[in-house]
Amino acid sequence: MTATGKYLRIALGVAVIAALIIVPMNFNRYGLYILSQWAVMTIAAMGLNLTLGYAGQVSLAQGAFVGIGAYAAAIMTTQGGMPLIAALGVAIVLCFAIGWILGYPALRVQHHYLAFVTLAFSTLAFLVFRNEDWLTKGIYGISNIPRPNVLGFATNRPLPFYYFCLGSLALVSLAMWWLIRSPWGRAFVALRENPVRALSLGIDTRRYTLMAFAIGSALGGVAGTLYAPLTQYIDPVPFNLSLSLDLLMMVIVGGSGFFFGPFLGAMIAVLLPEWLRFTQGYYLMLYAVAVMLLLIYSPTGILGILDRYLAERRTKAASALRAVVKSRLETAP
Amino acid sequence: MSNLLDLLVAGLATGAIYALVAVGFTLLWQTSQTINFAQGEFVMLPAFLMLAVMHAGAPFWLAIIIGILLSLLLLGLGFKLLLVDPMLRHGVLPLAIATMALAIGMKEAVKQFFSAEASPFPSIVPAGDVSILGRVVSLQSLGVLALAIAVVIGLTALLNRTSVGHQMQATAQNPTVARIIGVPVERMILLTFLINALLVALASLLITPIYLAKFSSGEVLGQAAFIAAIVGGFNQVRGAIAGGLLIGVVDNLAAAYVSTQYRAAVPLILLIVIILFRPQGLLGRPEERTV
Repeated sequence: MTATGKYLRIALGVAVIAALIIVPMNFNRYGLYILSQWAVMTIAAMGLNLTLGYAGQVSLAQGAFVGIGAYAAAIMTTQGGMPLIAALGVAIVLCFAIGWILGYPALRVQHHYLAFVTLAFSTLAFLVFRNEDWLTKGIYGISNIPRPNVLGFATNRPLPFYYFCLGSLALVSLAMWWLIRSPWGRAFVALRENPVRALSLGIDTRRYTLMAFAIGSALGGVAGTLYAPLTQYIDPVPFNLSLSLDLLMMVIVGGSGFFFGPFLGAMIAVLLPEWLRFTQGYYLMLYAVAVMLLLIYSPTGILGILDRYLAERRTKAASALRAVVKSRLETAP
Repeated sequence: MSNLLDLLVAGLATGAIYALVAVGFTLLWQTSQTINFAQGEFVMLPAFLMLAVMHAGAPFWLAIIIGILLSLLLLGLGFKLLLVDPMLRHGVLPLAIATMALAIGMKEAVKQFFSAEASPFPSIVPAGDVSILGRVVSLQSLGVLALAIAVVIGLTALLNRTSVGHQMQATAQNPTVARIIGVPVERMILLTFLINALLVALASLLITPIYLAKFSSGEVLGQAAFIAAIVGGFNQVRGAIAGGLLIGVVDNLAAAYVSTQYRAAVPLILLIVIILFRPQGLLGRPEERTV
């Protein structure tokens, strides 16, 4: 990476962050709701990206963890009158523990089998949300979920709450950035690329597989604790299997294993259907077709296209350089 | 209703339909590593194709024939050429995701172009009851069971008795070796896609009169078929059949004896237990490819 390239990237990053802060200021309530949802789903997808993209384990349970986090937040803040931060702690611990346990099948079975174990868990969690009325109020759902006070500021209105979601996303992103550059993150990648070699390098593959599942699941819980005060009403329906499938789609479509993949994937999954809404009943159909076409064109997702383009340019530049050097050598006396 | 025999017959009848769907699912996996997350929607669509033909004024039998032909064209040939072929070399996961998108697209298309409401669908088996061993059993359950079993027997005979079937099995077990010994692998793979399309069309014909034609009916059915395929053995046709029957019966018994609320959980718990203790399924082989 050249120095100008680095500055360009930093400038681009600053511009995007500034846009995310400034542009929504004159958005209406619904626009802010959708953008907040994007931030929340990005956090959940980042968790799954860690499990899938970095550790190579397919999970169809991320939506269930979002549900667990959301119910923890809803129950604790409405019935217990506790602050959201306490619910966040409970959701992280709970999802981490369940994710750890759910990782055990991953040690025994791989790929599609694992997908189906996690799929089963997802459906079981949905049944619990729906049937345990004493805890979750069943199909009636939990309403009037309060929005938190952050550092003394109330976030009841849409714009402050959007900034709260954006700030949470920023914190999670920084933590993730640090994690994947830490020895842990490198171990996760080693695990994905070649489990046998990772083992021979002295990486405790069992522990890291479980860890990838647990951390990824905990991030799903974090997203859930933001989701509950965002919608202020939850019932079991949003947390059925299709949320897990959507999150998986976000990770793959954005580019699994790329840091910014979940950001783009969530953008496609949350914002694209909204932009296509002018087509009335056709919008989900168009969305489905767009996803299929994208995957046919680039199975590594949007960032896969960019990655390929950059790699091609680099090869071209290198071969041009080689040609120049070669011609100089030939013309040299 | 809570009589064991009734429950068994009804369970076997739905189970036989699950088996048809699950067999197609395993065939696609075996020959082309395709995990079709839209398999449930594949069962939903033919019923609507047949209904559309009937709305145009055609009699039921003609609608069935046209529906099956359209199913072969769209869900067999179209699915293979337009989605699976371009994506196959990219591995299992992107293709699986693409079939999820396909499922969304199919559901939405039916909802938009046909109806969001459930439509009744004529049954090919006459209504009524017969008495067996002094018990009254619904003719529809028996008819569905008989037809599904006939299809399964026909398919097994095709796979085990004919040379085309042997070539298909060789392709499923090891495409490279099959190609070396002169099997037209490409044609065999296409054939499995057509067989899958035929099976889902037949399943659609059998199950829609019971549960009505609805755009979202594929979700439950697809999941049941996946569970059946895994429970029985992902890489075995007879495993998928056994798994389908087992899930149908367990599901019906669970609804009667466990709780209606957690009825859906029973097959899932069965699935988890079986995957953990016998990942290859009840009748499956461990996934090592041999000739």
